Amino acid sequence: MSILGTRVVRTEDPQFLTRGAVYTDDLTDERLTGALHATFVRSQVAHAKILSVDTEAAKQAPGVVAVYTAADLTDLPPLAPPFPFIAAEFERQWLCTDTVRFVGDAIAVVLTEERYQGEDAAEQVVVDLDVLPAVVGTANAAKDETILFPAAGTNVLAAFGEPAPADFFDGCEVVVEQAVVNQRVAPVPLETRATSAVWGEDGRVTVWCTNQGAQQAKGQIAEWLGLDASLVHLITPDVGGGFGAKIGADPEYALVAHLAKLSGRPVRWTESRSENLTTMLHGRGQDQVVKIGGTRDGKVLAYSLVTDQDGGAYPRIGVVLPTLTMLMTPGTYAFPKVHAQARALATNTTPIGAYRGAGRPEATAAVERAMDLFAAEIGMDPAQVRRINLVPKFDEPHTTLMGATYDSGDYVAALDKALEASGYAELRAEQQARRERGDARQLGIGISTYVEITGADNGAGTGEEAELEVHPDGTATVLTGTSPHGQGHATTWAMLASDQLGIPVEKITVLHGDTDRIPKGGGTMGSRSLQQGGAAVHQAAVELVEVAKKRAAERLEANPDDLIVDLGSASLQVKGTPGVSVSFAELAAEEALMVQTTFTAAAATFPFGAHVAVVETDVESGKATVVRIVTVDDAGTIINPLLAEGQRHGGIAQGVAQALLEEVLYDEDGNPQTSTLADYPFISATELPSFELVEMATPTPMNPLGAKGIGEAGTIGSTPAVQSAVIDSVAHLGVRHVDMPATSMRVWKAVQAAQAGAQHQNGSTN
Amino acid sequence: MIPSPFDYVRVSSVDEAVAALAEHGEDAKILAGGHSLLPIMKLRLAIPSVLIDISGISELNYVRVEGDQVAIGAGTRHHDLENSEVAKAEVPLLPHVASRVGDPQVRHRGTLGGTVAHCDPASDLPTALLALGGSVVLAGPNGRREVPITEFFLGFFETAMEEGELIVELRVPRTGDAGWAYEKFTRRENDWPIVSAAVAHLPGGRIGVALANMGGVVLKATAVEAALAEGKSIEEAAALAAEGTSPSSDMHADAEYRSHLARLLTRRALTVAAGEAEASTAESTAAA
Repeated sequence: MSILGTRVVRTEDPQFLTRGAVYTDDLTDERLTGALHATFVRSQVAHAKILSVDTEAAKQAPGVVAVYTAADLTDLPPLAPPFPFIAAEFERQWLCTDTVRFVGDAIAVVLTEERYQGEDAAEQVVVDLDVLPAVVGTANAAKDETILFPAAGTNVLAAFGEPAPADFFDGCEVVVEQAVVNQRVAPVPLETRATSAVWGEDGRVTVWCTNQGAQQAKGQIAEWLGLDASLVHLITPDVGGGFGAKIGADPEYALVAHLAKLSGRPVRWTESRSENLTTMLHGRGQDQVVKIGGTRDGKVLAYSLVTDQDGGAYPRIGVVLPTLTMLMTPGTYAFPKVHAQARALATNTTPIGAYRGAGRPEATAAVERAMDLFAAEIGMDPAQVRRINLVPKFDEPHTTLMGATYDSGDYVAALDKALEASGYAELRAEQQARRERGDARQLGIGISTYVEITGADNGAGTGEEAELEVHPDGTATVLTGTSPHGQGHATTWAMLASDQLGIPVEKITVLHGDTDRIPKGGGTMGSRSLQQGGAAVHQAAVELVEVAKKRAAERLEANPDDLIVDLGSASLQVKGTPGVSVSFAELAAEEALMVQTTFTAAAATFPFGAHVAVVETDVESGKATVVRIVTVDDAGTIINPLLAEGQRHGGIAQGVAQALLEEVLYDEDGNPQTSTLADYPFISATELPSFELVEMATPTPMNPLGAKGIGEAGTIGSTPAVQSAVIDSVAHLGVRHVDMPATSMRVWKAVQAAQAGAQHQNGSTN
Repeated sequence: MIPSPFDYVRVSSVDEAVAALAEHGEDAKILAGGHSLLPIMKLRLAIPSVLIDISGISELNYVRVEGDQVAIGAGTRHHDLENSEVAKAEVPLLPHVASRVGDPQVRHRGTLGGTVAHCDPASDLPTALLALGGSVVLAGPNGRREVPITEFFLGFFETAMEEGELIVELRVPRTGDAGWAYEKFTRRENDWPIVSAAVAHLPGGRIGVALANMGGVVLKATAVEAALAEGKSIEEAAALAAEGTSPSSDMHADAEYRSHLARLLTRRALTVAAGEAEASTAESTAAA
């Protein structure tokens, strides 16, 4: 029996749970001996002209070695825009010279002997500011009354698509329109951002930093600093979570490397939690308008999604998130007409980047909201409306009106499985009974179906590298260009090699994240790792067996085609003659036994699924408690169910968090209101039920493993399911919509407003 | 997230603590569990020059019956109060409320005296103490004095403690198995309450009611107490819960919603304390 598909326990966990992982801030590398500590002086005001920066007092503070402002960085080239289509006027500076654009914008850097001295000294930097009006929220940005980059003449960073034609909803019996907020959230990795840098006598800089892909981070740092890529050696230590916000490098990492050169000493930087919550990339941040039309018997005829993406103060990945949202606009549905349009706007807030799902959850949340509103309007069960409009089962690729080509799917089956596992009919009966009794605790049932993109071409193709070497002692090493930060690649990649070679998982070491050893790699993001990096390891193992067969054939005086792998002994033997064999280790002892390979996926894959969430809402207070979550998450063939379930668990939890709790808030002056974990409510186990995971696996033809991505699916499905459940719990009181996070106050106010509206209506008819 | 530099003094008796306070003056702060003080120091909202650590004073950790009162040492940790057999038998509201503070880590470090001295308007245990009545025993340069709890919490992070004083004991009436309830309304289980209501049936037949986070300081719901004393129904009395309060509007709740919660939670707490059936806010039954 193959090891694939079995619940191999994570081999990396004993070290994480006992010795402790070595994160960037824990490094004791001797090259970092005597390192200085960097502390950023950051703007406390969202939008202002800088009149002066006085560093004299800070330079006299205890332990201060240097204080740098933009005036000291004349050697550095300007930071390039993140995408070629972004106008050069939206320029971000290494350190601000004349304008600060969000609370947290960097103005100066203090280098001190001890880290504790840094914050004391940073307080001594005197920044004189002339405060400007702050732009908070896309609606304000769109007015262009206050413009963040006056040279650009507008706050619109990028625009995509055209308005819907005037006759778009002609022929619809029912049309529903709703403004929907997909709120800004913070990624909150347990490990905040951190980096260390030291220059060698050979003129190369070694950079350690927490990231989701060493090779990409290295390329960015080299480009930003104007260095030949060969001069940068980037090492990724253990990484404590990323969720998309650690894709690539941040300018701080490159600047710290540059300051190591200027100061002639190694330099380290680890941000504080508040610094993380205010200056690391945020996610989501879309203001959407959904409009849906169809017939009274449940057939949707046209659907439109118009999105304003909050880009934050400077363009980052956030500006292209709406293009993914647009691509996935129709989701799982076969709407005859689909329209999408979007723009990204600059605001005086933290820049927006990728966050678990990155553009696809926003599309799913919008269309699922629209389906519920449509169902409510025509008085049909939301499950039935979905069933009527889902794309039917397909085995050949299905291309949508937005141009996405779904690889394989059976959305109706996914929905039916989720409904059946949830006991949907009984839940509706229980809900009805509670409504009739007028219980204090009402039941809400929310349904979502989703399809998303994983392993998409992010500009670097759909390929991944792997190197596999068997050693004479019977162990093996896998080098991968993917970049685990919690996913469990050490276990799964070892399983993939073991499956071909028979070498036990515990004898296979998986290495990643050192650009001198692994120069090429795509990192871990967009749920790509298994379908590309894992497939590359599989391919490497298959190729290694072929190499070994050729060499074994000579040694055993047999035809290579007559050799088979004996997994039990990790050896090759002559078919039918088990006594004539040679192990991989013995072959490695003769001559290095190693292959390097690149696997290139034919295209992205499209995992899909359906979630059913059940909440109980205390109608008097408005507080909703999630009591059940039933999910079908079809990610194709599963290599390790234990790890796949872990990905689903984490994803579901983060999705529930967005639906019920999390939101990054600013006041009207752009001051962050959620800059500590006392204020920013990430979710904990106490707020969650045990998850009910239903199995479904539709293999993809895009890679030999049949695997699709699983990292983001849970988040994408659970967010709208829980939001819908909350709304459904008070739907009988007249509520049609509550924005996320569906806090108790929001729910209570929605009920009050609906009841007042109903009374008003009753009053006017009397 | 790094505090300003400070000096640190560890004392092993109340007398040493009082002497240290006298020596270091108004820039000194008492450190007990540190779960309120250290976070605000890290945010540099508090910049004491000296911390006087009283966590080693074993004489401040006790729960014992003294006459018709229960005396609790100021250094008693929430976890110890939560698990005190004396407290559970004599004044069960307090150990229950202690069990609702923060998370296990906080409860193993935080102390009763610390949370009272800190005087956060959203604090659980001060609300319960206010509902119970009783007093705060302070030690200072002029010896000990006792302040009624109703006169102790003066305003936003402001108490009746004078310079040079520290809390050494809390005294509450023995309520035994009389009715009590604590309705705490949070986003997440380990959060501060958005609003909470504490109710205690007291010796002599009075009912004490107090609210958290309905103003700059924990409050007695005096209108509710008076209505109950006049024999009004729970429904009628609870409707008065927001009277005399000045709830803030912040990102968690606006004043209107806080007022609503005060009435709702007070009604529920009064009902539960009266032994009548009403679903507590904290409970949740599983769906079909």
